[in-house]
Amino acid sequence: MLCERCQQEPATVFLNQTIDGKKKEIHLCNKCAMEVKDLYQEKDISIENFLSSLLDMNHKKVAPHMEQQKKSHVLQCKQCGMTYNEFRQKGKFGCHRCYSTFGNLLSPVIKRVHGSNLHTGKIPNRTGEKLLTQKQIRDLESKLKQAVKKEEYEAAAGYRDAIRALKKEGGLC
Amino acid sequence: MLKWYEKNANNNDVVISSRVRLARNLETYHFPSKLTKEIASRIVHEVEDIVLKASSSHYFERMDMEALSPLDKVAMVERHVVSPNFVQSSIPTGLILSEDESLSIMINEEDHLRIQSISNGFNLEEALQNANHIDDLLEEKITYAYDERMGYLTACPTNVGTGLRASYMIHVPALETTGKLQFILEAIGKFGLTVRGIYGEGSQGRGSVFQISNQVTLGHSEEEIIENLTSVTNQIVEQERSLRKKLLSEKRMQFEDAVYRSYGALTYARILSSNEAMTLLSDMKLGYELGILNFEHTEPINIYGLMTCIQPANLQKEMKRELKIEERDMARATFIRQNLPKIKT
Ligand SMILES: [Zn+2]
Ligand SMILES: [Zn+2]
Repeated sequence: MLCERCQQEPATVFLNQTIDGKKKEIHLCNKCAMEVKDLYQEKDISIENFLSSLLDMNHKKVAPHMEQQKKSHVLQCKQCGMTYNEFRQKGKFGCHRCYSTFGNLLSPVIKRVHGSNLHTGKIPNRTGEKLLTQKQIRDLESKLKQAVKKEEYEAAAGYRDAIRALKKEGGLC
Repeated sequence: MLKWYEKNANNNDVVISSRVRLARNLETYHFPSKLTKEIASRIVHEVEDIVLKASSSHYFERMDMEALSPLDKVAMVERHVVSPNFVQSSIPTGLILSEDESLSIMINEEDHLRIQSISNGFNLEEALQNANHIDDLLEEKITYAYDERMGYLTACPTNVGTGLRASYMIHVPALETTGKLQFILEAIGKFGLTVRGIYGEGSQGRGSVFQISNQVTLGHSEEEIIENLTSVTNQIVEQERSLRKKLLSEKRMQFEDAVYRSYGALTYARILSSNEAMTLLSDMKLGYELGILNFEHTEPINIYGLMTCIQPANLQKEMKRELKIEERDMARATFIRQNLPKIKT
């Protein structure tokens, strides 16, 4: 079959075109297809569309079974009420809790967009200090557990005191 | 006080300005798209109070967004003080602005806070420093939505992490006319960067002015992001400069002819659309920087400042009244005639 546009090269590309609500398939050669490509494509691929198409791709991979797909569709942020579908449409979150709510679904998409999943930039001074204290407490708590398990009660008491001091210092108790 | 774009800087033959934007959110509230008008307005007041109390208050000014006319708002978009998104918001918004307009804080744009800092010429480090300073100031009083692993949490996941959008405004007429820009644009995505026209997404590079900025915000530090953007921009600057030299040595007459014709049109035209004026001013900027046009003025000439003044809304502000489109094109030609630097003959 020859290209419908130039009538010279063999048609290798099939494009779907909608005219007056009727779908029509047109057959073009490679060269013509490149030239008219713009006419058939959404001119401006917005960030929202881009995200939602990435999400859809990812979604089929993560949750191949209907059951699982349904589950993720009823997923809803407890804080702002954002649903997964709403996020897919808007490409924007409703609150910072949405990040943990949709985290598992989103993680591969974020990795695709940024090439990474881990922040290595600025840490806010005040919040950073709080986070650091929380991390120290978590570390000490796991050491405490270990110590109790091994019946090293003296060490355990030391950890317990350190945790108390940190909590008091950081105003966390 | 002069606005930042009214000042002259060295080394801005290709890079006109450097801009940094930090996206931040308050931990306590939903992101702007989920806010009620009442809460949105509470956030505006809260942030305004903090900034105006914390800084030497004469430096920053609080703009009453509700009191501003649509024309004023569009004029601010043209001057890159605020985003188009911001002036179209359906919830209460706030704007805090430094006198020279180089620093601004948009409240309730897509995120609660958009801290913006612009520096003249090739100077992203300074722009980042200034933005960081305001960021630190705010963080003393505001608890940001921040996560150890994900960094600053933003409404759109494409900004998460550093929340940083850094950009250079570049004037690249030689690359554009020789068609070389197209190749650069195609290659730039590999570096996690993107190029847009002077007035944002979708807009053409009017007057050969483009913005080049980072797209990736997570996984690299602010300094790394800026370094990457700077090194790619440096390459573009080098190429633009060497192309300019080449054009000048190989086609000097044609080149001089084009520059003088454009200057002539700017001097004598009675009707100028903003697109045409941008193209002519772009030629004039190039001719001036290559030493073809010599002006009577001994001080450096700021042609980008003129490019900003002739944008539709800013022009009407200059004229101090609203103008219909045809009136505008006439007023623009008059304005340019009156403000065009005279050449030495
Ligand atoms: Zn063909
Ligand atoms: Zn939420």
